[in-house]
Amino acid sequence: MPGDLVDVTLFSVAMAGLSTVLMLVPGLALAWLFARHTFPGQSVLETVVSLPLVLPPVAIGLILLRFLGRYGPGGQLLDEIGVDVIFTWKAVVVAMTVMGLPLLVRSARAGFEHVDRRYEQIAETLGASPVRIFLTISLPLAARGVLAGVVLGFSRALGEFGATIMIAGSLPGTRTLSTAIYTSTQTGRDTEATIMLLTAASIAFVAVFVSNRLATVE
Amino acid sequence: MFTVPFVLDFVLQQGEFTLQIHERFEASSVSLCGPSGSGKTTILDAIAGLRHPEDGRIEIANRVLFDRSLGTDLPPRSRRVGYVPQDVSLFPHMSVLGNVMYGTARGSPAPLESVIKLLEIEPLAGRRVNELSGGERQRVAIARALMSSPDVLLLDEPLAAVDIKRRERILLYIQQVRDELLVPMVYVSHAADEVRRIADRVIELDSGRVMATQVE
Repeated sequence: MPGDLVDVTLFSVAMAGLSTVLMLVPGLALAWLFARHTFPGQSVLETVVSLPLVLPPVAIGLILLRFLGRYGPGGQLLDEIGVDVIFTWKAVVVAMTVMGLPLLVRSARAGFEHVDRRYEQIAETLGASPVRIFLTISLPLAARGVLAGVVLGFSRALGEFGATIMIAGSLPGTRTLSTAIYTSTQTGRDTEATIMLLTAASIAFVAVFVSNRLATVE
Repeated sequence: MFTVPFVLDFVLQQGEFTLQIHERFEASSVSLCGPSGSGKTTILDAIAGLRHPEDGRIEIANRVLFDRSLGTDLPPRSRRVGYVPQDVSLFPHMSVLGNVMYGTARGSPAPLESVIKLLEIEPLAGRRVNELSGGERQRVAIARALMSSPDVLLLDEPLAAVDIKRRERILLYIQQVRDELLVPMVYVSHAADEVRRIADRVIELDSGRVMATQVE
């Protein structure tokens, strides 16, 4: 059992870490886009990105299952290139990424909105390209919001259950702390469930504590 | 004294406010005077490419920055202007040296040593910008603008946040920049004595219109 716990914990942290890395580029791009531009269809896109926050995670899981399943458009495409996602570790990453992304976007967006546009304008008059302005001015000045978003996205990924159980199940090789707590409880292994609960709670506590510190400390 | 041709001939609409200026002249430094809300900063923003006129032409030192009829509207990064806004806007997460060197990626080597010497930046180089006084911030902002090898320096009330004791000193720095580095400037100010010392052309504005121009 302790060996299992270590494996499940390491697997969960690794999957949450990988999904955080994957949500970083689209998350920052969306956050910056929402903070700095207005474009047709923006409200619709903002709503779509926020949906995982308000829909039941199981419903998101079902959407992903329909999309990535054997007969779904994404699934058929992946099938053609020989990639299996559903009920593999990749499905865990997909579920975690989709569920964590909105939190990263919201926090990073607030960070970008707090950056005075004047700094970006002055950088542009000094000859900086849009990419250089983003990397040297916008991103560092929004760093606290972005970092807080990364921590929140990671925590959400780590705690993900509903969507994960739908598309990855709770099998050897896809079992995360959250799904393992569920299956342990269901099978009457209460001590194991409690240990995993405490492990998950400790990791979440550290992540949220760090996030709050980043949000308040100068 | 050196002079360059200026064409500030444009109309810019900003909500209810309309700015109209139709000036063509030769000068080394131009001053824009007038009460708050008369359009002085709007003119600097238009020269820098941060606001876009509805119509007209902006040309400085024989370089067309904006011309509606030709369809020319250079982006701010290609205008080669050194803008020192009223709030200075030093990048708060960089050191003084980081700020000063930011614009040097633009290409042609800027006169690093002469700028640093002229504005006495060396003792400030390693400091963070939030540790600087108002006058020091102005000097760093002017140095940052100069290091980007600008064709023109845009100064928006550079002495507004500086106490009276240090004004004279900063004014001397600005005069030296004009006379030793031969950088033409557009200088926004309320104060008549500053204007007389810096500018050889004065444009008085009120409510978005030119009320008078003087040659000093």
